[in-house]
Amino acid sequence: MSTRSIVPFGPQHPVLPEPIHLDLVLEDETVIEAIPSIGFVHRGLEKLVEKKDFNEYVYVAERICGICSFIHGMGYCSAVETVMGIEVPRRADYLRTIWAEMSRIHSHLLWLGLLADSFGFESLFMQSWKLREKILDMFELTTGGRVIFSVNMIGGVKRDIDADTLKLFLGIFDDMKKELNALTNAFLNDYSVNSRLKGIGILTKDKAHELSAVGPMMRSSGIEFDTRKLGYAAYNDIDFEIITSLNGDSYARTEVRIKEMFQSIEIIRQAASKIPDTELSVKVKGFPQGEHFMRVEQPRGEAVYYIKANGTAFLERMRVRTPTFANLPAMLEVLKGCQFADVPTLILTIDPCISCTER
Amino acid sequence: MIIQNITTIPHENLLETVLKIKHEGYRLVQICATTIDAEYEITYSFALGYDFLSYRIMIAEDTEIMSISPVFSPAFLYENEMKDLFGIKVNLISLDYNGKFYNLDKKTPYKKTI
Repeated sequence: MSTRSIVPFGPQHPVLPEPIHLDLVLEDETVIEAIPSIGFVHRGLEKLVEKKDFNEYVYVAERICGICSFIHGMGYCSAVETVMGIEVPRRADYLRTIWAEMSRIHSHLLWLGLLADSFGFESLFMQSWKLREKILDMFELTTGGRVIFSVNMIGGVKRDIDADTLKLFLGIFDDMKKELNALTNAFLNDYSVNSRLKGIGILTKDKAHELSAVGPMMRSSGIEFDTRKLGYAAYNDIDFEIITSLNGDSYARTEVRIKEMFQSIEIIRQAASKIPDTELSVKVKGFPQGEHFMRVEQPRGEAVYYIKANGTAFLERMRVRTPTFANLPAMLEVLKGCQFADVPTLILTIDPCISCTER
Repeated sequence: MIIQNITTIPHENLLETVLKIKHEGYRLVQICATTIDAEYEITYSFALGYDFLSYRIMIAEDTEIMSISPVFSPAFLYENEMKDLFGIKVNLISLDYNGKFYNLDKKTPYKKTI
């Protein structure tokens, strides 16, 4: 006769980079249901629009999360620029695209390391994060910061990447591709890794749509949608295919993120070859009035930045719908029916960013 | 400025509108509450492919609204968030945390004193 029990998972767990609590209802070793509890890192950042004016708020937006920092800043600035009718110089659009794609690579490498750590492959975790250091060094070279680098401003960007530095980066990416190939070969072809990923946590295409999954979580179930195709920043000038997989399991989610890293390198190459020589920013006059939903593609998926402005220096509302928040229902769905030992890996396959979720 | 597709509807028509949207194949993107003077403005956003539209309801502070989680199951997250942060009364949420979604020290911190 099977036994039902409730096992608490988190908020502290060796595999979790950030706190989230799940009450796992188990029947023997099989998860029947998972009930989430969040709120451990809720900082009330959206309420800070009452205290920080729309220019200062860029610094708050960037600090929603450390991994997704740059794209948070870019999404917020783009939303305000749209409301104010500001046309950002084209070079700034290209620079934003380059830094955004570098953010995507470093985020996926961070995730790969955490995934390896979740099934005890410590050396693969170390190699992933060692490779990630190259991206962080490139951020530091161009912006002065490694994690939160504050280059976005309303009207453009604060810093430039000159032609010599771009050429240096392309050389680094060429070398990196060889190391990435060796690293990702382990994730995709190693027998022990595959046994922890293949056929585990399947999310069907219909379920992914019903549960409003976004990003690689959704694309690995076969849905072809990428917010970059809306053409914000310089993406309307860049050719790229949307990467999908059909299996919807943990392996498919890993495969999609790995392919996205290689694709990001090609996007950066394209952007570097097309970047025009213009100013970096325009002067901002007046205050925003109106509202706008800005959608961008974070490494974890579609993020929505909603701002409502009333013609004063302080916004009436700023709301961020982050991709992890959208992927929580999908995570709860893939946990149903899984083995207890697979729970840490499955939670990681949505690439959770709890700081983003709770704001 | 880009024109956003936002339609204001009476809150009594919310479920009917949402059911039609679901039938057309849209997914839920987000639900956002804002305090405007003496009312709450709640915007429900949906997407089908790259199409994006929003429906908005305006409600008074004490108005109770129905949850859309029976139609769009992910809505329970956004509705619990609205309840915790703004104190908006949402009925029949599929998974209702009864004010304990965010474990806040201060109740309804985003609710402006009207």
